[in-house]
Amino acid sequence: MIRHLLHRFAEAALVLLVVSFLAFALIGLMPGDPIDLLVNADPNVTTADAERLKALYGLDRPLLDRYLAWLGGALQGNLGFSRLYAQPVGAVLTGPLLNTVLLMGLSLVLGLVVAVPLALLAVRRPHGVLDLVVNAGAFAGLSLPSFWLPLLLILLFAVTLGWLPAGGVHAVGDPSLASRVTHLVLPVLTLTVLNAGVYLRFTRGALLEVVAEDFMRTARAKGLGLGAALVRHALPNALLPLTTVVALHLGTLLSGALVVEVIFAYRGLGKLTYDAILGNDANLAMAVLMMATALTLACNVLADAVYGWLDPRVRFDG
Amino acid sequence: MRFLVLVCSLAVGALGAAVSASAQETLRIGASQFPSTMHPSIDEMLAKTYVQSMTLRPFTGYGHDWELRCFLCTELPTFENGGAERVERPDGSVGVRVTYEIHPDATWGDGVPVTSDDVVFAWEFGKHPQSGVVSREVYTDIRDIEVIDAKTFTLELEDLEYNYNAINDLQPLPAHLERPIFEADPANYRNATLFDTAPATPGLAFGPYRVSEVEIGSYLVLERNPTWYGVTPAFDRIIVQVVENTAALEANLLSGSVDMIAGEVGLPLEQALAFEERHGDRFQVTYEPGLVYEHLEANLDNPILADRRVREALLLAIDRQAVSDQLFAGRQQVAASRVNPLDWVHEPDVPTYERDVERAQALLEEAGWRPRPDGVRVNDAGERLSFEFATTAGNRSRELVQQFIQAQWAEVGVEALVRNLPPRVFFGDYTNRRQFPGIAMFAWISAPEHLPKTTLHSSMIPSPNNGWTGQNYTGYADPEMDALIEAMEVEFDAERRAELWSRLQKLYARELPALPLFFRSNAHIWPTWLEGVRPTGHMDLSTLWVEEWRPAEPGR
Repeated sequence: MIRHLLHRFAEAALVLLVVSFLAFALIGLMPGDPIDLLVNADPNVTTADAERLKALYGLDRPLLDRYLAWLGGALQGNLGFSRLYAQPVGAVLTGPLLNTVLLMGLSLVLGLVVAVPLALLAVRRPHGVLDLVVNAGAFAGLSLPSFWLPLLLILLFAVTLGWLPAGGVHAVGDPSLASRVTHLVLPVLTLTVLNAGVYLRFTRGALLEVVAEDFMRTARAKGLGLGAALVRHALPNALLPLTTVVALHLGTLLSGALVVEVIFAYRGLGKLTYDAILGNDANLAMAVLMMATALTLACNVLADAVYGWLDPRVRFDG
Repeated sequence: MRFLVLVCSLAVGALGAAVSASAQETLRIGASQFPSTMHPSIDEMLAKTYVQSMTLRPFTGYGHDWELRCFLCTELPTFENGGAERVERPDGSVGVRVTYEIHPDATWGDGVPVTSDDVVFAWEFGKHPQSGVVSREVYTDIRDIEVIDAKTFTLELEDLEYNYNAINDLQPLPAHLERPIFEADPANYRNATLFDTAPATPGLAFGPYRVSEVEIGSYLVLERNPTWYGVTPAFDRIIVQVVENTAALEANLLSGSVDMIAGEVGLPLEQALAFEERHGDRFQVTYEPGLVYEHLEANLDNPILADRRVREALLLAIDRQAVSDQLFAGRQQVAASRVNPLDWVHEPDVPTYERDVERAQALLEEAGWRPRPDGVRVNDAGERLSFEFATTAGNRSRELVQQFIQAQWAEVGVEALVRNLPPRVFFGDYTNRRQFPGIAMFAWISAPEHLPKTTLHSSMIPSPNNGWTGQNYTGYADPEMDALIEAMEVEFDAERRAELWSRLQKLYARELPALPLFFRSNAHIWPTWLEGVRPTGHMDLSTLWVEEWRPAEPGR
C-alpha cells in the first residue's frame, strides 16, 4: 500500500510539473499582453514606455526563460508578486484560501449530511411518494442555475426579510466569528443545495443497486429490519461511487465556486483565479492553478487509499 | 398608564434619533470595482481615482463648469498674471516656466506639511526608468523644477503648449515617507510603497478623508482626516464596499448594506434604468452624460470603407436617436462629433446625419453598390457590400446596439458580419495593430478640450515603422486635420483656439473618419436623504467634492 502511494505521489509530481509548464505557456500565449492593454487604455503611453514596462516586468524575455525563472522561485517558496493586487502572491492568497476552504468544506459536509440520510429514506420504498419528492428535490438542486439561486436567496433573506447580510465575508470592521457565520449562511446554503442534488442522485443510484444484491436478501432473511440492513450493509457498499464524486469535488475545493463567490462578494479562490487570468496576473494565476491541481491529484491518491479501506477486495500490488 | 406611554414614546423617539444619527455618521458606497493599487502614480484605474479623490487632491483639475481650476494650488499661473513665462532656448526650442503655490494649510495626515519637496520627489520617481509608472510623459515633459520655498516651486516645461498650466496628473507624493523606500531600491519601489503595503498610514493622505482600513478586494474604510484644510466633511466615515456583480450590488442597495451606488463605477445604464422604474421612489437617480465617446471605427484600408460616401450612407442608415430611446430611455446623448456638447470648444453647427434611408441608398448607388435580390448590394466586380463588425464580447449594451445597427444596415443592403471578441483580445492587436478588417465599435475616454492628436493625426497611425505608436486605428490621414491639430497645440488665444476647434469638428463630421454614436451616461444612485453629490461628466469625479456631501436637513 505504502509503495503504491509513493508511486502515485511520484506520478502526481510529474503531472504537476507538466501542468505548470502548460498553464504557464497558455497564460503567456494568451492574446493581449498586459502592457499592450495598458498602451491601449492610455493615449499618452509611448512605444518607449511600453518597452520599458515590458523589460521591468520581464515580459521581453522568451517564454521558456520566464517559466524557468518562475519555477526556480516557486521551488524556493517564492511565488512572486501579484500585479493585480500589488502584494506578494502569498499575502494575496491567504485570506481567500481560508475563506474558500471554509465555504466549500462546510457546503460539502452539509451536502453529504443532507443527501445520504435522504437517499437512505428514499430507497426504503423505491418510486414511492417520498422517493419521488426526494428525487424531484435532487433534480431541482442539479438543474438550478448557480447564478439564479443566490440572487433569489439574497432577495428573500437580505432584501425582503432583512435577516441576513447580502454579501461579503464579514461586516466592515467586524471580523468576529458571529459576523463571519451570518455572512456564510447564504453562500453555504446555495452550495449545499447545489451539491446535495449531485450526492443524492449518486447515493440513491448506488443504494438501489446494492439493495438488489443477495447479501441484502440474506440480511433481511436473518430478521434484520430494512433500516438497519440499509445502514449496516447497503450503505458501506454504496459509498464507493460516492467517494469518487466527493474526491472530485474536493479537488475543486481550491478553485472555489466562482459564480457564488462573485454574487455574494465573498472573497475566495474561485474569484481570485478568474480575476488573475482576466487581469493578466500570471504569478497569481499560476499559484492558484498549481494549488488546485495539487489538491486534485492529492484527492485522487487519497480516494485510492480510501477505496482500499472501504472495500477489502481492492488491493494494490505495486 | 399615561406615564408608561410617555416613557415608551420618548424611548422610541430617542432610539429613532440615535439610529438616524448613527446612519449619518457613516456613508456606505457600493462600487463594482476594486483598485489594483493605491499608489497615485502607478496604473490608471477609475476605482482608484474614485477613492483617491477623497484622500488626495490634484494640483489642477476641472470644475463642474468644465473649466480648469486650482485644487491644491492657490492660483492658476498664466502669462497674464505673471505666473507663466515663455522660455526661448539657445537650441531654438521654446518652453515655459510656470510657478505654483501649494495651499498654505495643505498637510499630510501625520501633520507634515505638503511641500515643494513632495513635488520634486514625485517628479524624480516618475521619470525614473524603473518606477513602473505607465506613462512618463507628464514627468519627462518637465525639464527642471526650481524650489522657491517650501510652498512655492517653478516647473520648466520642455514645450510650450496651449494647456501649459494644467498639471492634473502631477500628484505630490509624501517624500518624508516614500523617498527612503524608493531610494533603497527604485526597481522594487512599486512593490514596497506604503500606499500598498500599509495603505492606512495617516501620512499618505491630505484630502478630507484618509484610508483607515483595507480588506483587499472587499472594502476600504475612509475616516475624516484631521489635517484637512478645507470644509469639514459631514460624515465621520465613508465605506467603499465592492460588489462586482451588479445584480448583487443592486440587491445590496435594496437591503441597506450600502446607501448609494457610485455612478462612475456602479451599475450599467440599462440596469440603472430598470432599477429606477422599480425603486425610483426610494432613491435619487441621476444620469450624467460624459466624455465617454461611443463610436464606430472604420478601417480605412478596407476599400469599401475607404469611400467617404459609404461611411456617410452607413451613418445615415442608423437611427441613433431611436437606439437611445429604445435601449436607454433616451439617456445616451447622440453624438454629432467627438466633442461633448458640455465642452466649451463644442461646435453645434456640424452635419448631424439624422436617419435618412433614401439618401443612404442614393449614396450607395452613387458609390457603385447596386441592390441584389438576396438583399446585399454588390459592385460591378461582383463584390458584396459586406464587412466584419466587431465589438467587445460580453458588453451587453454594446451588443444590443450592434444588433440594432446590423438590422438597420441590412435594410439598405449592407451586410455586417458580427464577430465579437473578449476585451483583452479586442483591445490587443486586433485594434492597436489595426488587424480589424471592417468596423470596430468601442469608446474613447477624453478630457475637456482634449486634443485628439493620438487618434486623428496621421503620424499616429500604428505601424511597424513607428513601433505601433498611436491610436489612429482607422488609418485616417488628412493634411488639413494634421495642420489643425498642430496649430491648436501652440495656440494660446482661447478665441482663436475655439475657431480651430470649430474647423476640426466640421472636418471630422464631413469626412467621418469614425462614425459618432453616443456620449455614454453614468447613472448615479444615492439615497433621498443625501445632498451635495454633483456628478461632473468628465474625468474629475464627484468624490473630488466629497466634503460637500451632507445629510439633508429634516423637513427639506
